Amino acid sequence: MSRTMTMTDSAEAPAAAVPAAAAAAVTAPAAPARPLWRDWAGAALVPAASLAVLVAVLLAWQFLPPLLGVPKYIIPQVTDCLSELVRMYEQENLVMHFVSTATMSVVGFLAGGLLGAAFGYALGLSPLWEKVLSPYLLALQIAPKVAFAPLFILWFGYNAWPKLIVTVLVVFFPILVNVLQSMRTVDRDLVNLARAYSMRKSQIFWKVLFPSSMPNLMAGLRIGATLAVIGITVGELVGGEVGLGYLITYGEGQANTAMVFNAIGLLTVIGIAMYWAVAAIETRVLHYIPRAAH
Amino acid sequence: MLNNAPALELDEVTRRFPARGAPGALFTAVEKLSFSVRRGEFVAVVGPSGCGKSTILNMVAGLDRPTEGRVTLGGEPVTGPSPHVGFMLQKDLLLPWRTIVHNVEFGLETRPLNGAQRRERALAELKRCRLLDFAERYPHQLSGGQRQRAALARTLAIDPDVVLLDEPFSALDAQTKLVLQRSFAETISGSGVTTVLITHDLSEAVAMSDRIFVMSERPGRIVEEIEVDLPDRENPIARRALPRAQDIMSHIFSMLHLDEKVDA
Repeated sequence: MSRTMTMTDSAEAPAAAVPAAAAAAVTAPAAPARPLWRDWAGAALVPAASLAVLVAVLLAWQFLPPLLGVPKYIIPQVTDCLSELVRMYEQENLVMHFVSTATMSVVGFLAGGLLGAAFGYALGLSPLWEKVLSPYLLALQIAPKVAFAPLFILWFGYNAWPKLIVTVLVVFFPILVNVLQSMRTVDRDLVNLARAYSMRKSQIFWKVLFPSSMPNLMAGLRIGATLAVIGITVGELVGGEVGLGYLITYGEGQANTAMVFNAIGLLTVIGIAMYWAVAAIETRVLHYIPRAAH
Repeated sequence: MLNNAPALELDEVTRRFPARGAPGALFTAVEKLSFSVRRGEFVAVVGPSGCGKSTILNMVAGLDRPTEGRVTLGGEPVTGPSPHVGFMLQKDLLLPWRTIVHNVEFGLETRPLNGAQRRERALAELKRCRLLDFAERYPHQLSGGQRQRAALARTLAIDPDVVLLDEPFSALDAQTKLVLQRSFAETISGSGVTTVLITHDLSEAVAMSDRIFVMSERPGRIVEEIEVDLPDRENPIARRALPRAQDIMSHIFSMLHLDEKVDA
């Protein structure tokens, strides 16, 4: 039973001709058993605990390594990382590197997503081609795509193409597999219903198949969003002179560990931002799916 | 369309399928099936599971062709999906991403209507099925019975000559089932549409229909035709209480030798 129905039911309950005392006795278990302030305390407890864990980790990171005699080129302190971040901003053109990696990740994600979805739908519509191509798709899916990066540099040189192609490949497969899965498992009775209404194949696709694939497509995109950052980073690590991945190899060469830490942190920020963006789009697109109870 | 032709007629219809797991072998789903349904009549087809009831539905809906024999609607042979046939299954088949009114419009989208006309038609049908208040809701916000009523509204919105109902009540609890049967009976009486109800529930068949075809196990054949000569077709609950309804039910029970069966 949906949430809305339950609400309607409880709204109708007071209208029933039940003695007030009996009604109170009946509704009492449904009402919150705990006082409100305890609910608020309970709601605040979890974020507070999370924050406490963060503070504890930062403190340990700041003070434990010097105490244990760990040198700064192994683990720099938090304050070292922050001052290095300011130096990178002032002297290493950090904003340019950050923007480059972010845009490349987004472009690679969009291109890989579009291609993956297009192939997924195309193969879903033609079972024959799916059967013909599936062994190769499986092999490619298993192959570690990032390992192709040096090859693409050999082919295309030290420019944006190698990292973009790696990213497209990395993003392509989870989305393809998810879309294909939804095309295979679509309710045949829904398709028959559309056929009984004399719908053409294109109408059946746009009115039934495509919308029913949305949950799977969105799940694929969510995975793809995080993988895109990995693809770009590997491309930048292997070759090139821009991007946070390049800053990692550059910092490594100078034994500037704080720079490596910072670059990794910023890469994570890009990944989280992309994941959030996709998740936000997903809740809008899939608004018709009832939310799971907390 | 010929006016004196039956709304639906099956003439010596046989349908064979390739047997699964045995290449080249065929199994016969229905064999030499003949019956005809008059205009405005409510006919029930009852039989054990696997007797080819759904095969009949698919052939009438134009989703499948008979191997032999022919199916005609109003005198015209069925060669593909017909705009004059609506069908409804045990599953409501509502599209979860569409609101109820938008779902009812689904079948109208291949008709020469503009958006406003479609909406008007869909709302009129929802009103008839007493779902107007739920027009803008999504399917998951409705109860099972309401969803089946929405599916009926979608089926009737295309103004079909023949409606095929494939066990539309079998997924519902006993009480909802009774209430929904009455609601369907009222709506169908009001629209005057010719109806074929496929069911395995004998009492449901007696309570709702004018005539009952009893089918045998596979290969499906009609073993008996029963004229349900009872009043109150628009109120199955009242009809169930009639002593004569009990007689018809026990007649079908004895004919199917249900009391002699050991295995189910």
